Amino acid sequence: MKRTATVLAAVLLAAAGCSNSDSGGGSSADTPGVTDTEIVVGTHMPLTGPAAAGYSKIAPATKAYFDYVNANGGVHGRKITYKIMDDGYNPANTQQVVRQLVLQDKVFAILNGLGTPTHSGVLDFLKTNRVPDLFVASGSRSWNQPDKYPGTFGFNPDYTVEGKILATHVKTEHAGKKVCFLGQDDDFGRDSLAGIEKVLGPVAAKQSYVTSNPNVGPQIGALKAAGCQVVMLATVPGFTALSIGTAAKIGFKPQFVVSNVGSDPTTLAKTLGAAAPLLEGVVAANYLPLVNDTANPWIQLYTKVNKEYNAGAEMDNNVVYGMSVAYLFVQSLQSAGKDLTRDGIIEAVKKGGFTGPGLVPTRYSATDHSGYGGEQLTTIEGGQAKWIGKPFRTDDGDGAVEVYEQAAVAPPANGIPAA
Amino acid sequence: MTVVRDRVTTRIASPPMRRRFSPLLIIVIGAAIVVALTYALPPFRTYQLATVGAYLCVTAGLTVLTGLNGQLSLGHGALMATGAYTLALWQNKFNLLAVGIVVAILVTTAVGAVIGLAAARLRGPYLAGLTLAVAVVVPSITSTFDETFNSDQGLSVILNPPPESMTVEQWQAWVCWGGALITVLALALLTRGRFGRDMRAVRDDETAARLAGISIARTQVAAFVVSAACAGLAGALFAVIAQSVSPGAFPLTLSLFLLMAIVIGGLGRLSGALIGAVLLVALPAVAHEIGEAAGSQRLEGNLALTFFGVVLVVVMLAAPGGLASLRIPRRWQFRTKKH
Amino acid sequence: MDRFLFLTFDGLSRGAVYAAFALALVLIWRATRIVNFAQGAMAVATAYVAYSVADATGSYWLGFVVALVAGLLLGAGVERVVMRFVDHSSPLNGVVVALGLVLIIQGVLGMIYGNEFRPAPAPFSRDAFEIGGVALLSRYDLFVFAAVGAVVVLLTLLFTRTPTGLRMRAAAFAPDVSRLLGVPVGGMLTLGWALAAAVGSLAGMLVIPTELGLHPTAMDIVFISAFTAAVLGGLDSPIGSVLGGLLVGLLLSYISGYLGATVAPMAVLALLVVVLLSRPDGLFSRSKARTA
Repeated sequence: MKRTATVLAAVLLAAAGCSNSDSGGGSSADTPGVTDTEIVVGTHMPLTGPAAAGYSKIAPATKAYFDYVNANGGVHGRKITYKIMDDGYNPANTQQVVRQLVLQDKVFAILNGLGTPTHSGVLDFLKTNRVPDLFVASGSRSWNQPDKYPGTFGFNPDYTVEGKILATHVKTEHAGKKVCFLGQDDDFGRDSLAGIEKVLGPVAAKQSYVTSNPNVGPQIGALKAAGCQVVMLATVPGFTALSIGTAAKIGFKPQFVVSNVGSDPTTLAKTLGAAAPLLEGVVAANYLPLVNDTANPWIQLYTKVNKEYNAGAEMDNNVVYGMSVAYLFVQSLQSAGKDLTRDGIIEAVKKGGFTGPGLVPTRYSATDHSGYGGEQLTTIEGGQAKWIGKPFRTDDGDGAVEVYEQAAVAPPANGIPAA
Repeated sequence: MTVVRDRVTTRIASPPMRRRFSPLLIIVIGAAIVVALTYALPPFRTYQLATVGAYLCVTAGLTVLTGLNGQLSLGHGALMATGAYTLALWQNKFNLLAVGIVVAILVTTAVGAVIGLAAARLRGPYLAGLTLAVAVVVPSITSTFDETFNSDQGLSVILNPPPESMTVEQWQAWVCWGGALITVLALALLTRGRFGRDMRAVRDDETAARLAGISIARTQVAAFVVSAACAGLAGALFAVIAQSVSPGAFPLTLSLFLLMAIVIGGLGRLSGALIGAVLLVALPAVAHEIGEAAGSQRLEGNLALTFFGVVLVVVMLAAPGGLASLRIPRRWQFRTKKH
Repeated sequence: MDRFLFLTFDGLSRGAVYAAFALALVLIWRATRIVNFAQGAMAVATAYVAYSVADATGSYWLGFVVALVAGLLLGAGVERVVMRFVDHSSPLNGVVVALGLVLIIQGVLGMIYGNEFRPAPAPFSRDAFEIGGVALLSRYDLFVFAAVGAVVVLLTLLFTRTPTGLRMRAAAFAPDVSRLLGVPVGGMLTLGWALAAAVGSLAGMLVIPTELGLHPTAMDIVFISAFTAAVLGGLDSPIGSVLGGLLVGLLLSYISGYLGATVAPMAVLALLVVVLLSRPDGLFSRSKARTA
């Protein structure tokens, strides 16, 4: 048996040595990740772990849309390859996989990296290596620093913007009630709270959680003890469900108001299981078409692409999100032109002017890298989200929350942005 | 009722007088090899080389603690975290890297002394239990004092860019291997002398050691402190190459993987520590490639885990003395077999 | 006051699960001098089997029974196929093999079932009763107490009143003499592992409905708390592990409730340090404290 082990050990170490040869490659000498026929982009997503609920469906949806575009000739003759890496929402893993994507797989750009705590740690690395960091899947203000990180662009509305909009709704609909806050213990939670407090002033009680500890009993218990009537949540979907479920178990029934990133009804219902009826009346917000709005031309387009290229996976707001990101990226590629370089794509995004599925326009410019600038409120009725009122827009600072009146835009006939 | 005490037999001990290569010579040759590699390898491999160097610091210290002194620690990941966070806080305030690394080592040594004192009387699973609790307390501390440590999001580490003549990865590899080689040299000298003999004596038979005049508690604490210093250095180096620290980088599984690495490498031997460090970087990479070849996303990570597990079980069943012990087949014949 | 009562019962409920799990660890320790680091992963594997059966047949209880049976088989299997061949001259070999098993089990579960958090419904309502306006226990908590209590009583009876129990204890403490007296030592070891794994499976089935969901690493935290509880109580003492489990559960509940969830592990560490400084072999150990 000892000899078997020696041989086995030798084989393993040899295998490790064999993987020394560079995988992939074939990139053009000038721009990493770009050849005449292919563009390689990568992302880091929580495919496993406590934050995976819901979010794990975003990247496959983005990939499905890219497959649809590839099947129709690609962008300027190039097919898009999307490398999806799992970081489990652990910032240390994000470091590893992003280094792998940039140094080993030599991707053209990082697209839609998900997570405030996770992505914050790779900003410097991407800047040093001059990798375009596009459409980060998070609303932190860190992605909107054009001087410090010229290659980084957000996508989601800033959490501060969202906080202001949600707080305005609470101020009008639930005036005089005791408002409390439960948020993630990082920039996501902090930025949301900052937005809320700009409109409502200091909240009556605030608690925080970390995704590595899936027990929010103590926090909910403390909020109940403080007598909260409205609880605003800056939580990822798994923890939204956990909070609502835990509150019910101890007989605590406040009005829940949830951030967009943690509010997809399909995901929440699945996590709550038999307790799904608890979701009725939960208020949230969104800036993309709702998945249950089957008359919307964007939803029809996405449903078609989903059926053909995503193996008919269940449609939910995460799928809508993933495909909307893909649509925007294809628009930027079209705008950057046939001679595709890293600087070129950054200039294309900075030029902005994209119209798409969003209820409000994106705000990309030379001085604004933030992404979408507003949201519209929703409430959950019969297990599905329904719009309330009109879309709002505001800024990160003390600007007013204003109604946005322009009509929505329809997708192109074949669903692919024109050149 | 017999109180069964577990002993590590001499079968696993590293024979001190085996081959008298001067440690200094080995270090110099090692340094030359590493420098050559940093120029030959592509950037990602150089980065992995740097990671191996950082791991070598902690595996060397841990194998001395567990192999030569018999103390089982499941908390060295937390000690690495101490070194890493100290360096991060220092760099973000002062940006003096060399001093920062020394400060990180000192702080971790102090923490190690505290734990070592608390644990001096503990043996076997009780020591394991205490160090396990230490390992698990890291995210708790970073979340409770989140003003300083920024909870799960962690801190970025401010670093000056390397000199123009080398790439970032080369610089990282030089720094890590500089630390690793100094650590190995220091441990080699320590363990060949009086300290090493004391440690082995305490491990093999405490009563006899006490009769010979060795202070058990002092030896135990000293061994723990030395390994803590190594872990602090490793943690600081990790902070340098990742340019960030977070509790997710130092989970309990890190402490467990360190343990597995030194046992598979070969307990008590510095060459075993090197094998362990290489395995810690190579095995996940190989597993990842196997998983990627499998195609499905779900399959990928889990295939890697399963592969890793199978390797561990097979090597342990086949070569209980670790891989480093496989190179001297002659000696097996002369060992008395137990059970 | 009502918060205190609520936290007390919540802590006892969790503590009961830790107690059961710690008991499983102590069982294996007393029989084989190994800490079974794979206990949690084995429990999760049986829980997956249970929920698959429950989903397929619609009966939670059938799944529950299947989990216990699967635990017995898994424990016996691991002992026969893997642990028997481990070189026990160093305690670390057993630890590394067990950790390798954890990776294998979690990897295989992930491949078969995926890594998402599957909803794991509880058989009884988890909403707390209101007694005098205070939300105290739920039906599910009562079920947990009953199950763990039954297990402790049954195991005590087994070990102290039955011939098999006597043989198992003999095989653990004096294997050579027992062999001479005709006790099948190897068989007793296998039986010990099987029982311990079944107890671990029970603990897993009790705790998983209270978590975010069922997933391959669901029992890791429970293992840590239970191991701490066993160390606190003394690995040689079954009573110690049960009391240790309840103590850890209560402590975690009070600290989380009054000081915040993030402080709890620090409190457990502090408790461990305090106990182990004065009693290095655990609270209820019967071996003498080692002089330093």
